[in-house]
Amino acid sequence: MNETHITTDVVVIGAGPVGLFAVFELGLLDLKCHLIDILDRPGGQCAELYPEKPIYDIPGFSVISGQELTDNLMKQIEPFGAVFHYNRMINNVKKLDSGGFKVIDDEGQVYECKVVVVAAGGGSFQPKRPPVPGIEVFEDKSVFYSVRRMEEFKDQDIVIVGGGDSALDWVLSLQPLARSMTLVHRRDNFRAAPDSVNKMKELVAAGKMKLILGQIGELNGENGMLSSMTIKSADEVLSIPVTRLLPFFGLTMKLGPVADWGLDLENNLITVDTEKFETSVPGVFAIGDINTYPGKLKLILSGFHEGALMSQAAKRIISPDERIIFQYTTSSTKLQKKLGVK
Amino acid sequence: MTKITFVEANGTVHETQAENGASVMETALKNSVPGIVAECGGACTCATCHVYVGGEWTDKVGAPSAMEEDMLDFAFEVKPSSRLSCQIIVSDEFDGLVVNIPEQQG
Ligand SMILES: Cc1cc2nc3c(=O)[nH]c(=O)nc-3n(C[C@H](O)[C@H](O)[C@H](O)COP(=O)(O)OP(=O)(O)OC[C@H]3O[C@@H](n4cnc5c(N)ncnc54)[C@H](O)[C@@H]3O)c2cc1C
Ligand code: FES
Repeated sequence: MNETHITTDVVVIGAGPVGLFAVFELGLLDLKCHLIDILDRPGGQCAELYPEKPIYDIPGFSVISGQELTDNLMKQIEPFGAVFHYNRMINNVKKLDSGGFKVIDDEGQVYECKVVVVAAGGGSFQPKRPPVPGIEVFEDKSVFYSVRRMEEFKDQDIVIVGGGDSALDWVLSLQPLARSMTLVHRRDNFRAAPDSVNKMKELVAAGKMKLILGQIGELNGENGMLSSMTIKSADEVLSIPVTRLLPFFGLTMKLGPVADWGLDLENNLITVDTEKFETSVPGVFAIGDINTYPGKLKLILSGFHEGALMSQAAKRIISPDERIIFQYTTSSTKLQKKLGVK
Repeated sequence: MTKITFVEANGTVHETQAENGASVMETALKNSVPGIVAECGGACTCATCHVYVGGEWTDKVGAPSAMEEDMLDFAFEVKPSSRLSCQIIVSDEFDGLVVNIPEQQG
């Protein structure tokens, strides 16, 4: 638990392209931001789902990849010194009696702010849960989708499922402290880096771990603690001992905690007006893929526009007495100073 | 138009008329066939459009590409007949194609 209290103007929930560009528009109006994302890097869908794929409808770029767009946005917002918090999921948004909000993440970190911008896109990226009946009761006790504390795995019978880098990296890191280590993958072909695959195969050859080609069957255990599981291979069903299971099947987008913040929703999307992109709770805005309004298009382009108008409204809340002067970045020396233009 | 039949895990049958050139995934969405999520919109990066192409159709439709085979690692209950429906492009040869939808996409 991190007990420090962060105070800022604006908390942006989600560091997808729309959350990132909002930092720019808010920054031009001198508003300071903290961004929180459950992923370990910026870019949202662009970075997670299609980093190498081309986007053809970003104005001014005939073609740009998801990762390039993310990198460019990060460069563009650099002058504003936004603070990023990755690997954190926002669980709670609470209105304070004094005005403003308290935003709390899954590690208990509290962010106090005057305005909340929900840029949560398609929802939070969460690990895919294998369709094994009853798996929920084991989760966070003996089934984990990530490793937060290595000690949890010491002297355990560990089974890791998957064939990508996460699976192989954890096989190699946890094998030395495990009582037994088994890797389960559906085929004898791995997406993971060849070097890790070779190391894993050496461990198997040396009898230090097992590799089973097959898929998850049933889980057995009591009170959330696993004792054994079955693996379905091409022609047989094996039962193996297991006290810690780590399935790695990639990520999927789930609306997640956004639904619990008391904001009006329509088909799992947050309803907003089209002047300010404000939600049913004044001071909480929603921009990008997470919002809905008549005519909404889930495009990056639309999210950028929403961020610009939202920022004007946010400024009026945070500095009600200040007159907002409309300016161009091309000609305003004031704006250029903020951008660090020499 | 090419006839494509989707069978849900619970046995419900959906007969559709697919447009040639569209993917089987797009055909499912267009016809509101439940059980095809297609989170990535056909970019072959999510494996939530998993289907089984069984019987005579397995060979006719062909094997998945290496990229698709990699993505199938993220699907559940993968079988030799597993395909990602966004990677199957409808053409006249597929008239009468039957695909089965798994119980869960993840
Ligand atoms: C394959 C593909 C191709 C596409 N091509 C195009 C295209 O050509 N042109 C176009 O305009 N659009 C395209 N899109 C759509 C575009 O990617 C989205 O419109 C865009 O990513 C939306 O941005 P966003 O910032 O609103 O949300 P996202 O990119 O979804 O980012 C939201 C972020 O919020 C985080 N988050 C959510 N909830 C929480 C929480 N509670 N706590 C912490 N973090 C949270 C998520 O982890 C995520 O990183 C494409 C999408 C896909 C999948
Ligand atoms: S729609 Fe995502 S892989 Fe097919």
